[in-house]
Amino acid sequence: MNLMTARTGGLAVLAIIVTVAPVGFSNSYFYDVGVNAMFNAIVCVGLNLLIGYAGQISLGHAGFFALGAYGSGILTEKYGVPAIGALVLSAAVVGILAFVVARPILKLKGHYLAMATLGIGIIIHIVLKTEAGITGGPDGMSLGNFKMLGFTIKGDQMWYWVTGVLLIFAVWLSLNLIESPVGRALRAVHGSEVGAEVVGVDTSSYKVLVFVVSAVFASVVGSLFAHKNGFITPDIGSFFGSVHFVTMVVLGGMASVYGAVVGAVILTLLPQLLAVVEQYEAMILGVIMMGTMIFMPKGLLPSLLIMLKSRRAAS
Amino acid sequence: MFAAFLQYLFSGLTSGAIYALAGLGFAIIYNASHVINFAQGEFIMIGGMATATMVAAGVPIYLAIPLAMVASMLVGVAMEKFAVEPARNADVVTIIIITIGASIFLRGAAQIIWDKEFHSLPAFSGETPIAVLGATLMPQSLWVFGISAVAIAGLWYFFNRTMFGKAMLGTSHNRLAAQLVGVAVKKVLLASFALSALLGAVGGIVVTPITFTNYEAGIMLGLKGFSAAVLGGLGNGTGAIVGGLIVGIAEAMASGYLSSAYKDAIAFIIILFVLFFMPSGLFGKRGTDRV
Repeated sequence: MNLMTARTGGLAVLAIIVTVAPVGFSNSYFYDVGVNAMFNAIVCVGLNLLIGYAGQISLGHAGFFALGAYGSGILTEKYGVPAIGALVLSAAVVGILAFVVARPILKLKGHYLAMATLGIGIIIHIVLKTEAGITGGPDGMSLGNFKMLGFTIKGDQMWYWVTGVLLIFAVWLSLNLIESPVGRALRAVHGSEVGAEVVGVDTSSYKVLVFVVSAVFASVVGSLFAHKNGFITPDIGSFFGSVHFVTMVVLGGMASVYGAVVGAVILTLLPQLLAVVEQYEAMILGVIMMGTMIFMPKGLLPSLLIMLKSRRAAS
Repeated sequence: MFAAFLQYLFSGLTSGAIYALAGLGFAIIYNASHVINFAQGEFIMIGGMATATMVAAGVPIYLAIPLAMVASMLVGVAMEKFAVEPARNADVVTIIIITIGASIFLRGAAQIIWDKEFHSLPAFSGETPIAVLGATLMPQSLWVFGISAVAIAGLWYFFNRTMFGKAMLGTSHNRLAAQLVGVAVKKVLLASFALSALLGAVGGIVVTPITFTNYEAGIMLGLKGFSAAVLGGLGNGTGAIVGGLIVGIAEAMASGYLSSAYKDAIAFIIILFVLFFMPSGLFGKRGTDRV
């Protein structure tokens, strides 16, 4: 079990899984699902820093994801900005926006915080739907391939490897953040904010930092998603999109980076498997959300690890 | 000039009354259990959809309405029993996911039991508009005001004059103390969900002739009810009613005078402003944390 806890061990396992998985991919559809799973995983790794480690819920992260997607779309299509420039610029704008709203928002607690983040996400969604002159409105907008240094990322297979590398980088980044003094301070905030304040942790700065980092993660993935899909609609920023991200984090296991990855992969694959019973998809998803939270409130990965440990102890 | 203002006010009060009932539903459940029930909007949808489909199938309306109320209450009770009760001591995020899961489940079920179409009900007392100072008022709006007022008065009586209602209030103030003096806290929890579902269904039924309903109608109604409850300060019944009316009126004024496209955003813009400057709502108590 030491392998899972050690930073390098976990990363190696993840890298092996990402590399070996395509052996079972019989066509490009598998790569496509794989890319989407990893996109979601990157967003969830960032969101997990906020929810799992800092203990701050956000029901608006799909809004930041959509801002990144539309930022890239508008800048590349309407202003001819190179893809990478558009991605960085969108991420910077989202980061600044997150920074501005973070201080007043993160003063809130529990349900009030949920309400405020939910409100921000919904306002972003409505703006994207309404400002049809810039965004194309509910019909969405198209955008071209991701070109960089004369190199074009296209095709599900190429996207798979690019996203795989990014996912490993994102996980490495979060693990380092968690193990850094900042991470320790964050866990103190989650444990007892007042207690952390008393021993001199600048709790609000750390919370703002993590909020900004998680929003930037979402924005960057949004930009990449837009280029890969070639077409985006405002619904990627809907309340349900935000709920989806939070569910992935909580389902996989809060305060567990790999848990966030597991949750994202499961919830991305689920609709593909449920496509057979499309009619009942929503009901089954609802039951899975309720069931997991009731029977494994810690989330899948931590619960499984605990089960494994107790079994080992028994044998 | 004034006529237009009055017209917006009427439509704002109509939707505000429904948001107030939804907000009250949030407040009742929050008080009993500190749970925010994201499926509150689905109770409204179930009330409207069940009544509309029964009436369309030929059931007389005076029979369809109580049946829909009972159906909604049963859903509320089942939700408490099977989804919320087992997760009693989980943290805020976990319970939020559970109630959102319940709302997704109920929407999926509604889609299968009924369909994806919009449904309506005939207005209770005709469609002849009443002229008021140059503006027109639909008779159904009067039903909405009247029924909401009766529901609120009934709740007041229940919480202040009946033994069980007082027990529920007591539980919301101090759970342990209520348990010590013999209040059946589990029953209180069940009752809070039943009551919220009933309120939601009443609101959904009475507003369906005006707004129509479909399986997704609960999403926005629920979120706006939540913002009404937060605006008034969570757990504050009077606050939720005032919050609901503020959201409804502001929405109508903004879509009349500014832009109807942003009608749905108004509730959330207001709530963000309020939360930025008054972190516990308009009438909420400042929370203190035990360290």
